[in-house]
Amino acid sequence: MYIYIYLSTKSICYHVAHIEGNKHFLLYDSASASDSASASASASASGNKKRMNMFTAINSAMHNVFETDNKAILLGEDVAFGGVFRCSLDLRNKYGDKRVFNTPLCEQGIIGFAIGLAENGFTTIAEIQFGDYIFPAFDQIVNDVCKYRYRSGSSFDLGNLTIRSTWGAVGHGGLYHSQSPEAFFAHASGIKIIIPSDAYKAKGLLISAIKDKNPCLFFEPKALYRASISDVPVEAYELPLGKADIIKQGSDITLLTWGSLVHKIKTAADILSEKHGIDCEVIDLQTIIPWDVETVQQSVKKTGRLLISHEAQMTNGFGAEIAAKIQERCFFDLHAPIKRVCGYDTPFPHVYEPFYMPDEHKIVYEVQKMMDAE
Amino acid sequence: MAVAIAAGRVWRPNRGLSQAAVLLLWRPGARGLARSHRHRQQQQFSSLDDKPQFPGASAEFIDKLEFIQPNVISGIPIYRVMDRQGQIINPSEDPHLPKEKVLKLYKSMTLLNTMDRILYESQRQGRISFYMTNYGEEGTHVGSAAALDNTDLVFGQYREAGVLMYRDYPLELFMAQCYGNISDLGKGRQMPVHYGCKERHFVTISSPLATQIPQAVGAAYAAKRANANRVVICYFGEGAASEGDAHAGFNFAATLECPIIFFCRNNGYAISTPTSEQYRGDGIAARGPGYGIMSIRVDGNDVFAVYNATKEARRRAVAENQPFLIEAMTYRIGHHSTSDDSSAYRSVDEVNYWDKQDHPISRLRHYLLSQGWWDEEQEKAWRKQSRKKVMEAFEQAERKPKPNPNLLFSDVYQEMPAQLRKQQESLARHLQTYGEHYPLEHFDK
Repeated sequence: MYIYIYLSTKSICYHVAHIEGNKHFLLYDSASASDSASASASASASGNKKRMNMFTAINSAMHNVFETDNKAILLGEDVAFGGVFRCSLDLRNKYGDKRVFNTPLCEQGIIGFAIGLAENGFTTIAEIQFGDYIFPAFDQIVNDVCKYRYRSGSSFDLGNLTIRSTWGAVGHGGLYHSQSPEAFFAHASGIKIIIPSDAYKAKGLLISAIKDKNPCLFFEPKALYRASISDVPVEAYELPLGKADIIKQGSDITLLTWGSLVHKIKTAADILSEKHGIDCEVIDLQTIIPWDVETVQQSVKKTGRLLISHEAQMTNGFGAEIAAKIQERCFFDLHAPIKRVCGYDTPFPHVYEPFYMPDEHKIVYEVQKMMDAE
Repeated sequence: MAVAIAAGRVWRPNRGLSQAAVLLLWRPGARGLARSHRHRQQQQFSSLDDKPQFPGASAEFIDKLEFIQPNVISGIPIYRVMDRQGQIINPSEDPHLPKEKVLKLYKSMTLLNTMDRILYESQRQGRISFYMTNYGEEGTHVGSAAALDNTDLVFGQYREAGVLMYRDYPLELFMAQCYGNISDLGKGRQMPVHYGCKERHFVTISSPLATQIPQAVGAAYAAKRANANRVVICYFGEGAASEGDAHAGFNFAATLECPIIFFCRNNGYAISTPTSEQYRGDGIAARGPGYGIMSIRVDGNDVFAVYNATKEARRRAVAENQPFLIEAMTYRIGHHSTSDDSSAYRSVDEVNYWDKQDHPISRLRHYLLSQGWWDEEQEKAWRKQSRKKVMEAFEQAERKPKPNPNLLFSDVYQEMPAQLRKQQESLARHLQTYGEHYPLEHFDK
């Protein structure tokens, strides 16, 4: 049974997630940051936390940054009124229209303009409303953002630039509101790509990305904007970029993913543990490039098996790079070939989404096959 | 009435003038459209007045079906100060630049011309891999550069070396970039003529066309926010103006009210593509008003016209925080680059006309001569001296090694990522065994 939940902001209605039978993907509730290994990262000294969903956490991150850095600027389509996903609520009210403003509807212009701003001393946050629409800016990102420092011999650089965009399946987005474009950009060195999997990580990783001395591309899983709720410190804190997060230790197989699928893979790990006695190690990659090869390698050396999952299509998805690198590093430790459970090689379909998406059932099935492989 | 009720407001008549009269009397200037739009949003809705209420346009109704004819027969006129013989046409437009400044303009153009000849030849001899000359367009570079402050930020396309020349970028550094030697500020990463100089406020050139246009707009916004009393100038050719980034840049500059000068060098060709195949409207200047941008077309081979237009554009852009578009008409006398032979698509006669009859350097020289500030003796001496300077820098640049191959790997990120360091180490190991197959003797140890 599928039930769609409608939520409205002013006149905008959009679906958030679908409820399937008794099991719901609606709420991913990380009770507190102490659940994950990343708790050791700097949290606020006062310990003052609030229950926040991901868009509130992202909003909070930007408020923190704007408060202390008067050169911070946010620009993009519809950011002035609060953003179509409410990530920029109250920023313009508090910080004014010279720091938070709408741009014309032109992604190549947004990124081009943001480059000029960032290069001239402003902490620039450029928002691309949907990752599906980032492609007009592909040239500016690949040919300019990624190469600015290298081609000028470090005379000029874009450390001040952060690009935020939405990402991933949302239940009904179809071809153009569901894409995960990280693989396209992972092929261009010079930028960092980050994808958080919950509200707590979103805030910490976003602040790190903004402060990082390299340009960053921060993809926000729109399905998690409301669905992921964590205890999030009110003050600013940073989580390290380039580090994967082992969210569950295990010994039989390494399950690796990022973004919204982290939750389905956790569910799969629970099923495998309860019903099949298989002990999974679950890793949230967090940073796509530069990715944490060491953590994944160590894990696979221990377990001998790796299953990678991502929403983007199988062929040339980022899982291919991980598989190639890990087989090179861990070939003699592997008990089974590395497996990828991904979207099919099709554009992202609308009514067929439940069949297209990698889910815990496909993962459970493939893991069992891999355990039987030897 | 339904509209008024929906708006939740009660209609009140304006005192005195009706709304229509107010709009008719008020002629929006280039930014008036923006202002009138905001004005519109504050007006109260009324269905008793039969006036357009659309938020998208500030205009009256018309009941006659009429398409606007684009004016391509007689386009926007071309502003000039000197005739082709270097004589001032309208004395009130003479900028009366002092002798030293005019000599600097002349020497910058001629030094550039000399450097172009030598470096073009050096590519033909296999000494550098590639080169682009500036023949015929020197006036657009120095005329505009002379009208700017030294700290104004410059974004170029690739045919604006004269701007750097005017800003006293040393020959040594021009050559270093073309040779990619250890003195190159860009560390040998790019093809020749991709100059950059932070100290002289000249952003590093990149090959993709027009990407610099929206970037320049963002930089101008930054200058406005910083109250820097600084303008940004962005150069591009008429071909690059066809790119989407040009449209993006113009629109952003106007809507976000940025102090920027868009400087289009319309030189007649984009490689082999003539302007008749590049656009059907009246060049690039005619596009400006469509975006709400103050625009002008100038004779790009007339240094004083370029100077006057840029000077005034700069003054107003900074004072009023709005963009200006200057389309400088000129002619590309040289080939597109060393990879091009333009005799394949244009006649030698056409090129000779511009070289002999309408050249920015000749026109300025005539002016100098008529002022008594220059003569044949000085011309001969300067030609000899400039050639000597260029040759010296050239020989020095040739002798220097390229940077160490380790520099292939740095500056991708601020810090070198672990995987990249591994790749760097693997190349180093490879060279230890197979080094003889690589041109290591030309590279710094």
